[in-house]
Amino acid sequence: MFEDLFAPDKVEEARLIIQTQFPTAIWETVYVTILSTLFAIVIGLPLGVLLVTGDKNGVLPLPRWLMQTLNVIINLLRSVPFLILMIMVFPLTRAIVGTVVGTTATIVPLVIAAFPFVARLTESSLREVNPNLIEMAQSMGASPVQIITKVMIPESVPSLLSNATIAITTVLGYSAMSGILGGGGLGKIAINYGYYRYKDLIMIAAVILLIVLVQVFQTVGTKLAVSTDKRLK
Amino acid sequence: MATENTIQLEVSGLRKTFGNDIILNGVDLTVRKGEVVVILGSSGCGKSTLLRCINGLEPTDGGSIRIDGEEVTSGGRNLTQLRQKIGMVFQSYDLFPHKNILDNVTLAPVKVQKRTKDDAREEAEQLLRRVGLWEKRKAYPRELSGGQKQRVAIVRALCMNPEIMLFDEVTAALDPEMVREVLDVMLELAEGGMTMLIVTHEMQFARAVADRIVFLDEGKILENLPAETFFTNPKTQRAKDFLQTFEFRKETS
Repeated sequence: MFEDLFAPDKVEEARLIIQTQFPTAIWETVYVTILSTLFAIVIGLPLGVLLVTGDKNGVLPLPRWLMQTLNVIINLLRSVPFLILMIMVFPLTRAIVGTVVGTTATIVPLVIAAFPFVARLTESSLREVNPNLIEMAQSMGASPVQIITKVMIPESVPSLLSNATIAITTVLGYSAMSGILGGGGLGKIAINYGYYRYKDLIMIAAVILLIVLVQVFQTVGTKLAVSTDKRLK
Repeated sequence: MATENTIQLEVSGLRKTFGNDIILNGVDLTVRKGEVVVILGSSGCGKSTLLRCINGLEPTDGGSIRIDGEEVTSGGRNLTQLRQKIGMVFQSYDLFPHKNILDNVTLAPVKVQKRTKDDAREEAEQLLRRVGLWEKRKAYPRELSGGQKQRVAIVRALCMNPEIMLFDEVTAALDPEMVREVLDVMLELAEGGMTMLIVTHEMQFARAVADRIVFLDEGKILENLPAETFFTNPKTQRAKDFLQTFEFRKETS
């Protein structure tokens, strides 16, 4: 099997495709992943904060119906499989980007899939904050907004960073999946060459690159999380 | 002095329940400016709850709490203002673990009281020097011992320039040899004329620091006496029994 895989003509063909297609594909994957994660954080982080602070016992209790609606929406979005979600939001994608295929177009479904996830991750990070610290801040006369911005968020930075790392690697996985429905990047190459045209070598190379990307994101994320944690060492 | 008669804190008919449990059942207490009042009582008698109610951390079920004549239980914006007049120190220190000592102390003065960074910092450094922790100003809480953390927590409360300080069993979580350094800081504060309301289990300290002892039992104030009178000649059998348990412990140890 391996002699077949590494036959000279196949290696030569793969080398050519890797040289011509991979740089763009890597760039597309990185750009889509980072941008989508950023947008997802912009939407998901405040929602995650609301999930904690809007609680009945939170620092800024919100009406029950509002909290329940928020929870249901997040759960709904989180339970739809990504590829189905991608198809479901095609109209929205077309309205925003003008097309449903291509690299930029996948940002819309990726953000919609990722922001509820980010909201939940944020929620779990903020819930880890020692309730005594919040009470302490209250006892010093801090307002709910001050408690959120000066105590809850700063105190959960390491946890938020490691959760952001989880989010970015998940989005990377989704972005590769989007290759099946017209998304760009390494996923598209792996599917188009490897799966549709039986060029296994290309598929393996693309997958290896995806693994490397996950490694890089994870290493950087973990380093950042550890370096901001003042409770350790 | 006229100021000694100013009423700083006035609690009247305070009631607090948790479900069916009555924690505070009509507590009346007046604390005058510069007075040091120690609240004693067996665990579960409502001491800590009383302090928490005074600081507006627990909603009350009746009665009133006034600081400088202003109602605490009315909540809202007023409460935020009032809380700045009350410094509270908890058993668990509750320093912000991701902020260094100086930032821990100056956070509230700068953000809540809107003082300038320099102003807050200057006062913080002065206070830290007073408790012998100036060298630790750049350290993080994890680098400090329990006693040091608690002294920082006291400094943090003081940096808000409160009119009254509440201490909730601040030495209960400390190793015995660290209790002293914290109590010394509190004694110094008391001598400096700070109005203080202290919950503690340190009987010797209570006797040394208090002007007045309030003995709480089952949500009610049973005794409210000058410190020496309470320790030498308590009125109720319940208080005698309570003091007896400490005597007994001392003899057997």
